Amino acid sequence: MASGDILVDVRGVAKHYGEGETRVDALRSVDLRVHVGEVIALLGPSGSGKTTLLNVIGCILAPTAGRVELDGDAVFDGKWLRSDLRRLRLDKIGFIFQAHNLLPFLTAEENVSVVLDLAGWPAERGRERARELLDYLEVGHRAKVKPALLSGGEAQRVAIARALANRPRIILADEPTAALDSGRAQLVMDLLRKLASDQKACIIAVTHDEKIFDRFDRLIHLRDGRLVDS
Amino acid sequence: MNLAIKDIRHGLFRFVLTCLGLGLLMTVVLAMIGIYNGLVADALAVVKAPAADVWVVEAGTQGPFAEASSIPATTRDAVARMPGVAEAGAITYQTIEASHAGKTLRLYVIGFEPGRPGGPQRIAEGRGLGRSHFELLSDRKTGLVAGETIRLGRDRFTVVGLVEDAMNSGGDPAVYVTLADALTLQTAMDPAAARVQAARGDGGLRPPTVAAVVARLQPGADVALLTATVRQWKHLSALSQGEQEQLLLASVVDRARRQIGLFLGILLSVSAVVIALIIYTMTMEKLKQIATLKLIGAPDRTIVGLIVQQALILGISGLAIGLALIFLVKDSFPRRVVLEPFNALVLTGIILMVCLVASGLGVRAALKVDPATALGG
Ligand SMILES: Nc1ncnc2c1ncn2[C@@H]1O[C@H](COP(=O)(O)OP(=O)(O)OP(=O)(O)O)[C@@H](O)[C@H]1O
Ligand SMILES: [Mg+2]
Repeated sequence: MASGDILVDVRGVAKHYGEGETRVDALRSVDLRVHVGEVIALLGPSGSGKTTLLNVIGCILAPTAGRVELDGDAVFDGKWLRSDLRRLRLDKIGFIFQAHNLLPFLTAEENVSVVLDLAGWPAERGRERARELLDYLEVGHRAKVKPALLSGGEAQRVAIARALANRPRIILADEPTAALDSGRAQLVMDLLRKLASDQKACIIAVTHDEKIFDRFDRLIHLRDGRLVDS
Repeated sequence: MNLAIKDIRHGLFRFVLTCLGLGLLMTVVLAMIGIYNGLVADALAVVKAPAADVWVVEAGTQGPFAEASSIPATTRDAVARMPGVAEAGAITYQTIEASHAGKTLRLYVIGFEPGRPGGPQRIAEGRGLGRSHFELLSDRKTGLVAGETIRLGRDRFTVVGLVEDAMNSGGDPAVYVTLADALTLQTAMDPAAARVQAARGDGGLRPPTVAAVVARLQPGADVALLTATVRQWKHLSALSQGEQEQLLLASVVDRARRQIGLFLGILLSVSAVVIALIIYTMTMEKLKQIATLKLIGAPDRTIVGLIVQQALILGISGLAIGLALIFLVKDSFPRRVVLEPFNALVLTGIILMVCLVASGLGVRAALKVDPATALGG
């Protein structure tokens, strides 16, 4: 594949928390390249550094060393190279968190359209897009409900809709299907796959769910902060 | 999408309760401002009532309010004849206790000459004093009504009219009687020893004395010149209206005013701290949501807007509730509560400042929060 097709390019990324006695090496020199349209599963035991790697790619966490390039732009090389990380996240990155993190004071629909509002979409079109996504994820009937009243699976699907709303090219998901039954999990994975090809996006998802392994193009294993070949 | 309002509506009950609490606090602050103003206004009421330009009082005194003053009643004629004087009237002041309807009333009795300066400017109800003896005009706060009678000294007076906002600096409501009646009353209230002396005959020669003579000047007449002229008289001194008002504020009500002023200052500081605390905790409780907002890419503008708008909505609602409440209850206060639009404006300014400063503290914390804290899960 041509280098223009690389959406995520991580080289020699290391991250440790703390110093001395309490030092934890969460990532030790990780190299990872993800291409347009790819759907990748990040596997590994608890504490192996999966969330840390996602946070580094999502520009939430500064690595201690290494270089990160997103969609052809260098964003980290020993230090952040861009000052507008939030705008970058808004435009390029969609997060699906381990905890769904919906805003409690907004309805399901508003939780999705708020992203579009921030991105400058007209309110009406933002609402329409939010409705479409929620309908697709089979939570359209809960659009006017606040997160406190949603079941775990419903909340997770709303969070997925939010992550996809602004058509990001890099979708990072931390156990996106953990709260879903297997039927819905397949559905979500199908949606993510379709999205990846339609929007020329890539998806990196942490998962333990063996039932959906077949929906991924590549499985990547992390152990003690290192990528190991599968 | 306005996040501030959505969040307020999400926790509406609690927000309204907070506003109410703040509103009550604002009511107390406004009441204190009103009491402060009322104290000043009441103190000045008695000085302003005669609408005079010059006060002629006893030499060496700062009478008749700050110190006792006693001058011969005949001074009035002398003052009235002075060049530049349009009219002059003699006034007496005394505080007496009278019983009425089973209660003791403390009354501030003002004796004046009907048809001359010294009487009330406006009669709210009934008529002014006639020629006949033993009539009085009473302030509404005494509780007396027109047509009633009340015993003052040895005589029974009939209330013929009511006036408003007439009282001394201590808040005792005033009654107006004619100078002649006031002088009789003065004798009746004299200490027993003086009365015995008078009965023996040597006091009988004493000419009647009044507290002050007030004068209104002709247009264009020079107040300074007139007061200077009066001061040349051996037994007399003179104060302009402005001096008299200053004197009253500086001497008579100064302590009370500073007392309330200091308390008002403390109250305002407490309010400021309370408001700051409310806004700060409101923001702290939202830190995780703010982290989420940052994570999905919300700019600082959105986050600052959320905090500042909520702070301002809180401050303004509290203030509005405070204003509404104080106007509901202000007439139930035993003493006058005077609120000028200016006071409300200054308080609004202060509260908005406090809200902004407090949200500044919240904003600092919010901008520092790491978006990754939203992920802890
Ligand atoms: N903020 C932090 N401070 C200190 N140590 C941390 C911090 N975050 C993570 N770690 C440590 O870094 C290592 C990697 O953590 P990470 O969260 O990336 O694991 P994970 O693979 O996502 O685990 P799980 O499957 O349980 O979610 C762990 O040993 C963890 O204890
Ligand atoms: Mg994790």
